[in-house]
Amino acid sequence: MTLPDPEDLLDALYAQLKPRVTAETALVGIYTGGVWLMEKLLARLRAELGYTIDSGKLDAAMYRDDYTRRGLKSAAQPAFIPFDVNGRHLILIDDIFYTGRTTRAVMNELFDYGRPAKIELAVLINRGGAQLPIRPDISGADLPLQAEQAFELSMNTQGRLQLRLTSAATESSGAARHV
Amino acid sequence: MYNPQLNTQGQLQHLLSIEGLPKRILNEILDTAENFVGVAEREVKKVPLLRGKTVCNIFFENSTRTRTTFEIAAKRLSADVLNLNVSTSSQSKGETILDTVNNLIAMHADIFVVRHQQSGAAHFIAQHVPPHISVINAGDGRHAHPTQGLLDVFTIRKYKPELHNLRVAIVGDVLHSRVARSEIHALTTLGVPEIRVIAPLTLLPTDVEKLGVQVFHNMEHGLKDVDVVMMLRLQNERMSGALLPSSQEFFQTFGLTPERLALARPDAIVMHPGPMNRGVEIDSAVADGRQSVILPQVTYGIAVRMAVMALLGGGNAA
Repeated sequence: MTLPDPEDLLDALYAQLKPRVTAETALVGIYTGGVWLMEKLLARLRAELGYTIDSGKLDAAMYRDDYTRRGLKSAAQPAFIPFDVNGRHLILIDDIFYTGRTTRAVMNELFDYGRPAKIELAVLINRGGAQLPIRPDISGADLPLQAEQAFELSMNTQGRLQLRLTSAATESSGAARHV
Repeated sequence: MYNPQLNTQGQLQHLLSIEGLPKRILNEILDTAENFVGVAEREVKKVPLLRGKTVCNIFFENSTRTRTTFEIAAKRLSADVLNLNVSTSSQSKGETILDTVNNLIAMHADIFVVRHQQSGAAHFIAQHVPPHISVINAGDGRHAHPTQGLLDVFTIRKYKPELHNLRVAIVGDVLHSRVARSEIHALTTLGVPEIRVIAPLTLLPTDVEKLGVQVFHNMEHGLKDVDVVMMLRLQNERMSGALLPSSQEFFQTFGLTPERLALARPDAIVMHPGPMNRGVEIDSAVADGRQSVILPQVTYGIAVRMAVMALLGGGNAA
């Protein structure tokens, strides 16, 4: 498979994201890759809108359904939701959509902050394989992948996104994880 | 070397004392606790990690504060909590510790939080529980109070993140204090270069220097230029014999007053594990003053206890 340039996918995602953003919208990035993407999307929105929309970051490690099997991921990152979620339109930003379990965990965590009016899901790549009735609302690309393979998004020292295809068994630990 | 606190994968299985725990585990607990600090500020102050698990607080020795903070920590993790005050219960009817513990195992408890007046009680229980049960020492005799030591270093790290650059003084009744022992082990393991203990000779254990501390018998010398002052409670209930002339005299010589605190660095923080004896080891003006972080210690204590239980309660499959 020839891998697309993730910066091109980000352009495609931004084009779909922008018309959905209103004064009520806040972006919530899912660690780690989703937060990188969110920062880039926020910068573009700020440049076009002339103001900064609210944003937060979540990891949802405390809401994952594999805790009893795998324990707590020790490198979990603190949640940061510096705005009132009640009545807000939230757009979750993640890098790769796969099983939908991370999205479920993130939504459960968000509801412990309050009751959003609407939640949408924006991802860079939808690789297929959902195990729950959850699908992205918008994606940079739909690229179906075999179960034993995985996309790995990373960011180089210049802040440029890079995409790599790995076999699931050899996923490196330094990059974003997508389960 | 066999370490009863770690499982075969080197992960935390029981928390019995800070002594013997590697720096990696201490940092894992402290980093995990960072995630739990924010939970108390949300609309729903709960996360679902320990849903369906039972935490049993077995207190052979009375304690309201420690038991309450363990209870609230377990409840914020969604666990069911059972509080057993054994000092007023079956033991007074003659039941042995192991019979009490076996009964709780039969009730399918998952985590035991144990406080006992005898040093080593938590170790003893940990050796006798099946592998799916974890034991947390909530204070055993004069030996250890590891979650207090952890919450103290967590609090220090919050205010003074550069631990490798700190000068810390621990003041008061070190002899009877399991808190002091746990604090000293936590601070040395995390690389704090200078730890002082300030106490009268009668309230210091023999060979205390072997723990890696400098000993002072004089507040004016000991507090000079320290970054952190950790006060200890004068443990009247553990005193036997004439170790002290009187609590008033103790305050005269070792009480933390504003004048003495002024000898420390201007940005020094003041800590106390509670409950405080105002006018005995600490002056109210200091306890309620701007350098006091005594109440944040309580708040962080919940996050640290949540972290310990969350790390113990999860699966260990790699």
